Formats: sequence, C-alpha cells, structure tokens
Amino acid sequence: MQETTLTVNGKTHTVDVDPATPLLYVLRNDLGLRGPRFGCGLAQCGTCTVLMDGRPIRSCILPVSRTRGEITTLEGLPEDGKLHPVQQAWIDEQVPQCGFCQNGQILTAAALLDTNPNPSDDEIRRGMNPILCRCMTYFRIQSAVKRAAAAMAETEADR
Amino acid sequence: MSGGRDMSAIDRALGRWEGTASRRDFLKSSGLFVFGLSALGAAGEGLAAQPAADGPYPDPDFLQLDSWLVVHPDGSATFYVGKTDGGQGTGTATRQMMCDELDLAFDRATVVMGRTDLTVDQGGSGGSDAIERDAMVGRRIAAEARRVLLEMASERFGAPVEDLRVSEGVISRASDPSQTVTYGELVGGRRFDVALTGANINQTAGVASIKPVQDLKLVGQSIPRYDIPAKVDGSFEWAVDVNLPGMVHARNVRPPFAGATLTGVDESSVSGMPGFLRVVREGNYVAVVCEREEQAIEAAEGLAVTWEKPATAPFPASDDLFDYLRSAEPEPNPGGRWAAEVEGDPDAALAGAATVVEAAYDVPFQGHTAIGPAHALADPSDGQMTIYTNDMKPYSHRTGIAEFLGMPPERVRVIWMEGPQLYGRTAADDAGFEAAYLAKELGRPVRVQWMRHEETAWDTKGPAFAIDLRGGLDADGSLVAMDYQGRIANYAHVGYNQARTVLIAQLMGLRPERPAPGGAGGPDAMYHVPHRREETRAVRLPLVFETPLRTGNLRDPNGPQITFAAESFIDELAAAADADPVEFRLRLLRRASDDDEIFRRARSIAVVEAAAKAYGWDARPSPARVGSGRLLTGRGIAYAYRARTTVAVIAEVEVDRETGQVRVPRMVCAHDCGLVINPDGLENTIQGNLLHGISRTLFEEVRFDGEKVTSVDWRTHPTLTHRDAPERIDIVVVNGDPNPDRPDLKPYGAGEPSHKPVPAAIANAVHDATGVRMRRLPLRPERVLAELQAAGI
Repeated sequence: MQETTLTVNGKTHTVDVDPATPLLYVLRNDLGLRGPRFGCGLAQCGTCTVLMDGRPIRSCILPVSRTRGEITTLEGLPEDGKLHPVQQAWIDEQVPQCGFCQNGQILTAAALLDTNPNPSDDEIRRGMNPILCRCMTYFRIQSAVKRAAAAMAETEADR
Repeated sequence: MSGGRDMSAIDRALGRWEGTASRRDFLKSSGLFVFGLSALGAAGEGLAAQPAADGPYPDPDFLQLDSWLVVHPDGSATFYVGKTDGGQGTGTATRQMMCDELDLAFDRATVVMGRTDLTVDQGGSGGSDAIERDAMVGRRIAAEARRVLLEMASERFGAPVEDLRVSEGVISRASDPSQTVTYGELVGGRRFDVALTGANINQTAGVASIKPVQDLKLVGQSIPRYDIPAKVDGSFEWAVDVNLPGMVHARNVRPPFAGATLTGVDESSVSGMPGFLRVVREGNYVAVVCEREEQAIEAAEGLAVTWEKPATAPFPASDDLFDYLRSAEPEPNPGGRWAAEVEGDPDAALAGAATVVEAAYDVPFQGHTAIGPAHALADPSDGQMTIYTNDMKPYSHRTGIAEFLGMPPERVRVIWMEGPQLYGRTAADDAGFEAAYLAKELGRPVRVQWMRHEETAWDTKGPAFAIDLRGGLDADGSLVAMDYQGRIANYAHVGYNQARTVLIAQLMGLRPERPAPGGAGGPDAMYHVPHRREETRAVRLPLVFETPLRTGNLRDPNGPQITFAAESFIDELAAAADADPVEFRLRLLRRASDDDEIFRRARSIAVVEAAAKAYGWDARPSPARVGSGRLLTGRGIAYAYRARTTVAVIAEVEVDRETGQVRVPRMVCAHDCGLVINPDGLENTIQGNLLHGISRTLFEEVRFDGEKVTSVDWRTHPTLTHRDAPERIDIVVVNGDPNPDRPDLKPYGAGEPSHKPVPAAIANAVHDATGVRMRRLPLRPERVLAELQAAGI
C-alpha cells in the first residue's frame, strides 16, 4: 500500500493502495465513479476508457502510480452543468442499447472531435474503431459523432 | 451421466451457513434507510441502491391490481413489470402502452422491472415477448385501473361514468367541466384493493376493455427512452456498481483443460497476499476471495493449482467439428420430440425431379461474449439472500439459487439491474449462483466478476450445426421436393438457472437426472413445397458436463444457423432454375393461398416485396457477371419469420478478391411486427439485430483445440467493429395485415426476428458478387480467399 494523489474531474484525491493497482479499480471502488467499467482488462475493448489530459486511455491496465495530469471520466465531461455536445448528441440520436460500452464511445468521440473538429466519415470510423460495442450500435454512434461535430461547429460560429 | 460425486460433501458445503453475520445492526447505526416491501412508499427511485430489507420476500400476487400499478398522492404512477429491458427499450415501450390505457402523461409514470420481491413474475426476458405478450397484460391492467378510477370519480361527483372525461390523470365532468378530480386525489398513496382474474399471469385481466388502436395517443410515438440520459452522463447505476458495506471480491479459477480434475490447491501460494481472505474449493470449483477487487484478481492468477487432464479428449478440434457431427451416430430423439416432419413423399419426388441440388452447410459454436463479463453481488444478511444481477430471468434465478443453496424461495430475492446485453442464456446465470454460494460461505456480501478469458471461453454457446439439404426442381424450375437433415451439437442443452446445470454445480459434480438434448425445428418459411422432410438430431460430444462448449439459448436460438442453410439453399435452387432470387421466393410464397390467423403468408409476401422495392432490386438470376476490379459487389436476399413477425433482409457486399475480406456497406430490412409502439426504438432494435448478424456472419466462431477453447479475448475472438459497420441501413416498417387499420391490431415481437436472415442474405450476396457459394460460417477472409482461388476468381 502506498499513498497516491490523483486529480479526477477537477478534484484532488489521495488513495492508499498498491501502486500497481489499475486506475479503473481506484476510480470505481475508491472514488465511487460509475462511468468507466471493466470490459476485458486487456486494453482491447475500451469500456474502461477515461481521459488523461484530454487523451483517451484504458484505465484497466494503467497502474494508478503512473497516472499523470488531469483524469476526466464520463461524469466529468459536462461543463457548467451542461452536457458535453457529444453527450447531448448521444441522447438526440438515442444511441445506446444496453449502454455498457457507451462510456468509452462517448469519451473517445469527445477526444476525437477535440483534435479533429470536422472528421470525415472515414476518420470517424477509424477514430472510433478501437471501441467495441456488442449491441452493435455503431451505426448510431457514427451519426451522433457527426451531429456533435455540427453542433460544436455551430457553437464555435456563434462566438 | 446422472449421479456424479457423493452428494453428502456438497450438502455439507451447502448447509453450513446458519447464523451468518447480520448487517442489520450496522445499517441501524449508520442510519441507512432499510427498505421494506412497501410498493406504496417507494416510487422506483434508487430502489436497488437501498440495502437489504428484512425478509422473507413473498411473491407479489398477480391477481391484485395493486401488485401491478400504484398511484401516488401527487398523481404520478409506478408500474411494476416482471420483465427486464436488455437495451431494446421494452421498459419505455411498456410505459407508453400502460400510460396510454391509463390516460396518464408519459413523464408522470415510472417503471420498476425485474425485482422478485416487488414485481409480479412475468418470467423476465426471453422469446421477444415483452411487448407482444406481457405489455398487453400491462395494457389490460392499466385499463382496469382507469375504469376503477372513473367509478371512484362517479361516486364522488354523484354523476354517471358516461358523464366523465379523462385527460392526463385528471377526471372532469362533461356536463360541468369545472368539476375535476385527479387520480392522486382519488387513490393516491392508497391501495385499489381490486381483484383481477386469470388462470395464469399472461391471462390476467380486469373487467375493462383495452382501447382500440385508433384511440392510442402515446403508442406509435418515438418517445425517447427514459434510461438513456443517465447512461450518457454517467449517473446510471448498473448491477456492477452496487457497493454494500462489508462487501468483498471473488474471482474464479477455472480448469485450464476441459474435463480436468482438480488434484491440488496450495493455499499458501496466496495466503500471504494483501487482502487475502479465503480460497473456496468444492469439487472442481475454485474461487479466491479478497478484500479488494484487484487483490482477488491477482490472487486468482497466483493461486497454485494442479489439475489432471481427462483420459479421453473432451471434443474434436474446431476444424474437425463438422466431420465429427456428420459421422457420429446421433442421439435418439427423447420422447419422440423433434421427430422428422414429413409432407408428401420427398424421396419419390426427389427421384423423379428434373434437377436435384445438394449442399452441406456448417455453422460453428458461437458465444454471447458480453462486452462486460458475467457478474453478480450476493448479500446473505439476516439469513436471507439478495442477489443483484443483470440476469434477464430474475424469477428462475431466484428459485434456482434457492434450490441450489437449500433455502426456501421466500428467503431469496433477486434484484435485476441493467448490465451488458442479454440475448438469452448468458453466464449471468452462472455468476449469480457463484456469488450466492460464496456469500453464504463467507457470511458477508460477495461480488463475483468473471474475467474476459472466462467469459469468452466459458459462457454458454449457441450450438454448432451441420446441415445437409437436397432439393428437386421440376422441368419448369419449380421446387417440388426438399429434404433437410440437421445435426446439432446440443446434447446437453443448458436451460435457464437450473440448480444442476449452472457451471458451479457442474464443477461441484452435480448432474441433472439426464442430459437434455436440444433439438430444433426446420426452417421457418411460408414456402409451399409439396414434398418435404425436415429432421434435426442432436449429436453428443465426448465430454458432456464441465465443458466450455455448454450450449444454451443465444439470440433467436438456432434461427440464424438454420436460416443460413435454408435461405442459402433457396438461392442455390433459384440459381439452378435460372431464376431471380426474389421472384423465386415470391413464387414459392404465392403457390399456396391458405393463410393462418395472423396472415403470415400475406405478411411474408409483403416484406419480400417491400425489401426488394426499397433496395431497388433489379430482377436477374444470381450470380451477376463477376467484375474485373479488385472489389466485387453483389446483393443477396433472405426471408424468415420468427413467431409472429415476418422479415426480409437484403445485404449488399463488397468482396476484396485479393484478401478475401467481405464488407457489407448497405442493408435493407423490411419488417412486419404488427402494431409498432415506438418507431425509433424499433429501428434501433432492428439495427442492432442486423449488425449483430453481420458480426456472427463474418467474424464470430468459438475456436478450440482438442482440450480447451482457444478463442478467449477480442483478438482471438473478433467481433464487428466501427470500420465494418454498414454505411447505409434502410428499414421499412411494413403492415401487411389484410386489414391494416384493424382496431385490435396487435404488436408482435421484434427483439430477434431481423437477426435471423442476416447470415444467409450476406452469403447470397457474396455468391452474387463472386459466383462462389460460402457454406460455412463465419466468412473469414482466409476461407473466402481460398474459395475464390479454387474457383479461379
């Protein structure tokens, strides 16, 4: 056991765990967050995705001691009490079926649009490809990414 | 195979738990609300998050209106539904239907699903029947509640019911609209105390009639699903999220070889690890329990265990499976079930046919492989047992676990919460039994979660099929005879939540009295074939129990396998007759004029025609002239019905002649499920069915060598990804009923039917594109490439 300090969704936490503990278990079991979930423990499916300084990472394999910077989970994506445009697009497109994987889909989409605000269909497919969905909601996810991109462009234009 | 090991050891293990530690004192001192069986008090808010209540937990009485529907003082309502929503929106649709009958706004109601102590036993999910059957009961219940509320208002106003109007939970007098009363004022917070009738739960009804379809206002609207906002903002509470005071974590240690016998466990290999609590071992079942989750994972990996391989190989390797299925002697059909169905004289008709076509099709074992592995949390406080699970059948989960633990069912309750998709008999069944066993063993709440390799290797599998078909055409190219011979690797079919077939029971040495060979019917099609035989026989693999090739229901059980063969073969016959595949099917459908009470023939013709029209189908025989470029394109159709829903699917494919890779850029689905409750929900459900079908067609196969499953994660067991999803999906909702505006038009199930024809539609499209007929699933690139090369393409 060893004390580790990490910043999650803007708050600083200190936990006393084995430093090799994957970040996922700390987020879920020590900080009580529900967004990231266990899917494979092998960094193959993306269900456990969180953002580390805005970049999507697989929390199921990242030792908590190697966490750097700011961690953002699905719960931390809204700003000023308003859903992130990607989250809103997910509601507008009624994307989820069971919804178990959607944490990784939403965070990956948010990160994708952060670096590429106007992705082509092919870029969306390639950017989202690492995140698996066994309800196979891919079709709606891709529509929602496009919808979110359009909404964000509109907001940008209004500024 | 019945009997197994000496039962007394198991009885001892199972009977050890009287006087487990109580959490009640803790709960009292911590000031947490202890939730009782009070349907009136808790309007479905955070129900599952509340700690265990005092038992026992008797069954809600389905013949009492109060068991189904509660009106609160503020006029809102809670519906108690004994189903589970696996992500197809059946909760939202049920709420629409019940609000419509009750005359209550959609946002004034909540739905509680799948809690054995609170919701009547409608069996949970299965069979695509949530809307078709169970929500129709809900409509009758809501209509009865509305009738009773009108009578109460009639008494209050001293006015006849005919003088009353209802709008969104407010009753007013037509003759004096200033006189109003709300549902909340009439019965809010109190019981209706109205008895219902019905020989069984599915027939439950009151006195009131349901509304004609034309009077329904919410039904037919794409009302957004109530569960989606919380799933998108991270606040949703899943079964994996429940965290109880004193809870500990367990992980299983599975046999490394199928049929292995545990010969030794060296507990000292992990007993010094931080957080270590126990190694639990019974027969070949082994689990490690630790304080923290990551500790349990590490201890389960680190536990020194020795196993002995079985004397004989448990099964052939997956590459040899189909030869095995065809050469092994099939098991006798028990009790005459699944006997051959014969019409006319197929042998004579085949002998006299102008053209005979023969083909053999193979479908491997395919798994559920949920995105989140099986999990459950069990709480043994106060001598009761509460299981938090996403098992789609909480009622049999409860009775099965009660039987397994030797507890009276009223001391066991199951709280269903959402989890990864539930398309049949998943490993959620197994995990719940394991959690309950370990919780009783440790006397404290235990959470179990399977690891990825466990889920992928050990969950129940859809059975493998080997299907041989013969068909005879007359000189005019008409199909006169068909012979369908199926062999199915389903000798010991695992049912839902059976105390002697769940994995932990098998590993402990428990056995059912006899294996339950699962049979299957023939293809579901309304084709008229004058002479036909359809027979399916179960084949036994050497290892019957404790095998990772346990077979159980997987989405549209057996349907995709059978329909892959049958609808591919129809295309082969059409090609032999030099006929267009759509036209050939329509001719077979129109050759008879008789129809059934739900007009399945008319509705089958309607979907085939609608799919062809939506696609822009140009009538010509398949295959097309094979193109000269690298990507070969083609289209294929398949049709089927499941239960009362008819469906036709057209797939467009691109085949890469250099790699053998198949893509499906476009799909069309024409779908007739009668009355549509929520069009957008239906569309989402069909899209999921189609894409899951593409995944099973192109990627999914349980691979195994002679001793173990070797497809154990997403690399060795690939699934459809974003890149391979279609770019265009056209869904045509058809109402092929001869009287489409009938006031009693019923909804039929939509959870599975559109899954069924997908593999055949894709294989037919590959044939159209390349002239090569793929008769074995999945259409992996190396197989397609080999066939293309063999054909000189």
